[in-house]
Amino acid sequence: YAWDANEEYLFKAMVAFAMRRYSSKSTTQISNVLLCNVTDRVSFWFVVTDSAKNVTTVAGSEVEAAIRMNRNRINSAFLLSDKTLQFLKISSTIAPPVEPSTPVWLIVFGVVLCLTVAGIVFLIVTGIQRRKKQNKESPETEDLEEKCEVTVTIENGIPCETLDLKAGHINGVYAADDERFASL
Amino acid sequence: ADAPPGSLQEDGRPKWDNKFQYLLSCIGFAVGLGNVWRFPYLCQIHGGGAFLIPYFIALIFEGIPLLHLELALGQRLRRGSIGAWSAVSPYLGGVGLGAWMVSVLVSLYYNTVLTWVMWYFINSFQEPLPWSACPLNENRTGFNEECYESTAVNYFWYRKTLNITPDVTENGTLQWWLVLCLAACWAIVYLCTIRGIETTGKAIYVTAIFPYLVLTIFLIHGLTLPGATEGLAYLFTPNLNILKNPRVWLDAATQIFFSLSLAFGGLIAFSSYNPPKNDCEKDAVTVAIVNCLTSLYASIPVFSVLGFKATTGYWDCLDRNIISIINKFDLPEQSITRQNYTTSIRLLNSSYPEKIAALKLKSCNLQEFLDQSVSGTGLAFIVFTQAVILMPASQVWAILFFIMLFSLGLSSMFGNIEGVFTPLLELKIISKSTPKEVISGIICLISFLIALCFTLGSGSYWIDIFDSYAGSLPLLVIAFFEVTGIAYVYKIKRFSEDVKWMTGRNPNLYWQITWRFISPLLLLIVFVAFVTLQIQKSPSYAAWNPKYEDFPMKEEKVYPPWVLAICVLLAVLPCIFVPLVALFHLMKKMLGSKDPRSVPPEEFSCQGATS
Repeated sequence: YAWDANEEYLFKAMVAFAMRRYSSKSTTQISNVLLCNVTDRVSFWFVVTDSAKNVTTVAGSEVEAAIRMNRNRINSAFLLSDKTLQFLKISSTIAPPVEPSTPVWLIVFGVVLCLTVAGIVFLIVTGIQRRKKQNKESPETEDLEEKCEVTVTIENGIPCETLDLKAGHINGVYAADDERFASL
Repeated sequence: ADAPPGSLQEDGRPKWDNKFQYLLSCIGFAVGLGNVWRFPYLCQIHGGGAFLIPYFIALIFEGIPLLHLELALGQRLRRGSIGAWSAVSPYLGGVGLGAWMVSVLVSLYYNTVLTWVMWYFINSFQEPLPWSACPLNENRTGFNEECYESTAVNYFWYRKTLNITPDVTENGTLQWWLVLCLAACWAIVYLCTIRGIETTGKAIYVTAIFPYLVLTIFLIHGLTLPGATEGLAYLFTPNLNILKNPRVWLDAATQIFFSLSLAFGGLIAFSSYNPPKNDCEKDAVTVAIVNCLTSLYASIPVFSVLGFKATTGYWDCLDRNIISIINKFDLPEQSITRQNYTTSIRLLNSSYPEKIAALKLKSCNLQEFLDQSVSGTGLAFIVFTQAVILMPASQVWAILFFIMLFSLGLSSMFGNIEGVFTPLLELKIISKSTPKEVISGIICLISFLIALCFTLGSGSYWIDIFDSYAGSLPLLVIAFFEVTGIAYVYKIKRFSEDVKWMTGRNPNLYWQITWRFISPLLLLIVFVAFVTLQIQKSPSYAAWNPKYEDFPMKEEKVYPPWVLAICVLLAVLPCIFVPLVALFHLMKKMLGSKDPRSVPPEEFSCQGATS
């Protein structure tokens, strides 16, 4: 924007406002702020006089402190920032970085870890279930084979014939079982 | 009915669900972090487009023949690296053992690099990004000194991530945040490799394809950034004079070799799960070409972003100078712009030379900014993160970038772990009834515990040591013995018959010549040149020392003797198995030859189809 007398007036008003807020005496007027050496660069010197005492300038440190306190308001009035509106010899205080109570990365890490552990547990459980099903099915097939063998030996009677050679009461089923175990 | 559908072959060996899964796994293993952060760097320092010439020559005469050899071997013998090489000849069993050892060592440190990537990924969800601004010092008057003297990005990497010690001998303490991330990384690896290729085959669909999506997004975005064309022009402008430098040829040969992940045993493991009659020749050529094209494709967005970063740096330099000139001469705003900077400064210099000299303006040269070439972790964690801050919506780009790096590294980890896992399953030391989940769990747990060493303060120095010594030299030795073993012990004629049985056609003249003569010779030359170069420069490292007088430059330090001993051990240990196992079998044969019942060793090199 172009720098003209109206902008200068606003600047003087802001400085006066800053002085009033800082020292909380409402005697500083716009006429107390004096500008000089205005250049095209838009840079200038300014002083604040004290009309209570005999037209003496207010100490530089006081003006500095006042401006530092209200820097934000002054910047906002001109829609500028610390970088674009520079007060020489007044360094801007640096705002500390905002830190949330729990670091964000811990939250993300927790999410990732929980998902991974859930996946691992799911895979292990399905693996165990699959193995149990496998183990259950192979003894079942073994049982079926046993039953078939038992019926066959009873039906075709071959073990009974061999048993007839021996004396006494011998249970054909158990003899059949012994035969089967012996062959193993 | 009780077996999982379609995942077991007639002999009980697991198999891939389909051919695409197998190809993706090989491609994922070959395409890794090196394609993104090593190849573009080599292109840049070795004359841009001219580097492609030695690169493709190395690919044709070294990369593809070796790749075909490994895939064919695994597919024919249907065993992991240790079993396969023992089956070729008992004297060559050491080759498989050496490859297994290298896979173990590389798995240990590779996952720690992924830990760093994960740490950056989970930190990318913050607004603003934590590496964009320096933290304040204790009394809040200014910025942290170490951060102020270097940059915020450097500070976040060296202090907040690594918490690096100034010397490799100073171990420091375990960094708890890195331990957490390491545990998470090994948990993810365990999740994906829990049942061998049954689970990695599913995971590879995501981890191998996703990086290509992200690279495309970065390509489109990168080309729209200002300064991208300067970066690309700088990358691809060929400088043919560079071909006279033998270093360029050596770098091309080693880059092809390491980029295709040869001699790890992982490729043998992958192809051992194939059906016996599979066209391994076409697979080898496909994987090699896809890998090279990916390197080229990845270098375009990388260099667009680097060009953007250099241009932004150049503009910042100009702007700083312009501000100081305008302030000094009280000129109105916008009187000096970037475009008329050179003419204005010449004008002012002629009229007011003392004033200009008093300003101590820094000379801004775009070429200087472009010349700042970095590779490896420096590219990803320092240069790229700095570029990302400058883009609008930085969080999105950072998240995408780090998740892409993580996928790339994870798919390579699958190959490494498979190279460790498959031979173990075949050795007699593990009983058949132990479930695979337990074996992979034990491997991951032991690796996690050993890798805790890399989370110490000096961890990144140790990773550099492992990378330079365990992950380079032994691979060349093992590959040389692989090729000569097949060519002269197993005999190429027999190997060609095996390949013909699998693919249906005899390997043509190109394969015969490269397998017999060119590849072994080339590997020998590369090995000798590599060793000569390593011996010539004294082993030193660059340490980050805030108390160094030239800080933020890194301090050049020499390794102490005990560290050098470890370096030599890492390089020699995998290689030593080759002669050791050969000697062992030779002695057994000599002692056993007195016993007439012993079978001569030639009988052991069976066709392998029945195993």
